[in-house]
Amino acid sequence: MAEALLAVHALEAGYNPSLPIVRGVSIEVREGEIVSVLGPNGAGKSTLLKAIAGLVRITAGRVLLDERDITGLDTHRLVRARVAYVPQTENVFARLSVEDNLALGALHNQDRFDTLRQRVVALFPDLERLRSLAAGKLSGGQRQMVALGRAMMADPRLLMLDEPSAGLSPRLTRQLLTQLTRVRDSGMTIVMVEQNARAALSISDRAYVLVDGREEIQGDAESLLGDPALGALYLGAAPGTRSR
Amino acid sequence: MIQYLADGIVNAALIALGAIGLSMTYNVLRFANFAQGEILTAGAYFTLLVVTVLGAGIGTMGPIAFGWPLLVSMLVAIALTGAVVLVVDMLLFAPLRGRNASRITLIMAAFGVSLMGRNLVMLMTGGEPFYYDFYIPRAFALFPGFEVVPDDLAIVAIAGLAFALLFVLVNRTSMGRQMRAVAENPTLARVNGIDVRAVIRWTWIVGAALATVAGALLGHNTQLRPEMGFDLLLPMFAALILGGATNLYGTILGAVVIGLTEALAVAIGLSGYRAAVTFAVIVVFLLLRPQGLLGERE
Ligand SMILES: Nc1ncnc2c1ncn2[C@@H]1O[C@H](COP(=O)(O)OP(=O)(O)O)[C@@H](O)[C@H]1O
Ligand SMILES: [Mg+2]
Repeated sequence: MAEALLAVHALEAGYNPSLPIVRGVSIEVREGEIVSVLGPNGAGKSTLLKAIAGLVRITAGRVLLDERDITGLDTHRLVRARVAYVPQTENVFARLSVEDNLALGALHNQDRFDTLRQRVVALFPDLERLRSLAAGKLSGGQRQMVALGRAMMADPRLLMLDEPSAGLSPRLTRQLLTQLTRVRDSGMTIVMVEQNARAALSISDRAYVLVDGREEIQGDAESLLGDPALGALYLGAAPGTRSR
Repeated sequence: MIQYLADGIVNAALIALGAIGLSMTYNVLRFANFAQGEILTAGAYFTLLVVTVLGAGIGTMGPIAFGWPLLVSMLVAIALTGAVVLVVDMLLFAPLRGRNASRITLIMAAFGVSLMGRNLVMLMTGGEPFYYDFYIPRAFALFPGFEVVPDDLAIVAIAGLAFALLFVLVNRTSMGRQMRAVAENPTLARVNGIDVRAVIRWTWIVGAALATVAGALLGHNTQLRPEMGFDLLLPMFAALILGGATNLYGTILGAVVIGLTEALAVAIGLSGYRAAVTFAVIVVFLLLRPQGLLGERE
């Protein structure tokens, strides 16, 4: 089996040490994969990403990036470890221009700014036209492009996306997912949290389903797409852990 | 009447220089720094210290009653004031932030710093007013019926230069962009690789630098007193709030309005009620436009 780029081992994390939200989650993301973390609202998906990003206290378990221990890393050192994270909400600097957002993304890559910017603009051509507008003035879809573009400016190996399709129309969601496959093809590995399971699975290699802070199901995307248990989970039923 | 305009502009320039630090700590560190006045006072006295140590007086520049010696002393004082402010942050505010202290705790801490700072200056100077040098303002007619003091023009010019440098820093440098990012969303800033602690340090330094310039110029124009900065605190806060607290240019604009309002109060014979008149203007204005001159509606 290929080495995991990101390996999370038995992670426990939460906002209050006596009440872990993520309760022993283990996931692996290999280089070049798109991996989805699915699950009902409140399952702890966002908290999992925040814990990896150092925004939520980890009480047990480990996070390895390319075999290097990054458990509880200072959040601002994450981009240096070449991990970029796009939060679920407030994921752009609304008062700053699109261009300033991109420039901030390239904070530690100023010397390669032009090259990195070209790659982002090739993927999201609209950003060129919108560059001097405040990001807060943009539509939801445009803002999502700024958020992704900003993250890509850090030239990460791993992109962590929290519900990139949130608030987008079905058409924009399809478009975004296509763009994500192109981002992956340009050499990045993606782990994303999604509510929209079917859409996410359509571009994912593998997926994990989180319920109540634990991963209940994992497997390759294709087999999960046809799994009736997945539908049951979203309705609140909780079958035992399975693996395929 | 127009004569008071000149006073108002000088006043506005000094208020604005001081209020920018207030605005920056308010936006980046998210609390109202009641010790901002004492930073200005510290800057003024550090300038005096360096002027005294250099022993070269304050110089002259043509008709202007100060020159390089005062300006150089002011620059050295910026470093000294900046250092003191960083030490206070390290010993007091940083530990409070680390414990997620509430805004009101930070404000009370700043209040304590303000009080102690004033008492310390009082203790070390004996409370006597000090002067950089003997200075009698001599006005000349800029055009018939309008006289200005060369030093006042110099003060406004220096403030203008300081604002231009600030503009470049905030809008054209990476640190400025990082400051704006932290001001808007500290979490996203960290996610982006911004070292918020470094940004906070620069925020203090820039605010202290401009306050030192204000203190030195005010000290030259009037006298050095332990309360000199504290007496400016109210107008500085007024400028901040009037301008729309989240906007740096708003703060400068707010300072202009406050400076002119105070001058107007003096012009119509209400000099004893300057603060009251200013407050009345702010209250009326904020009733009409709660977000301030350039602020955004929340
Ligand atoms: N900032 C927070 N402080 C305390 N509890 C939180 C916070 N954010 C989320 N939670 C709680 O953590 C649980 C999981 O939330 P989250 O990770 O956002 O779920 P998901 O992303 O899967 O919908 C929820 O019960 C939620 O109430
Ligand atoms: Mg979530």
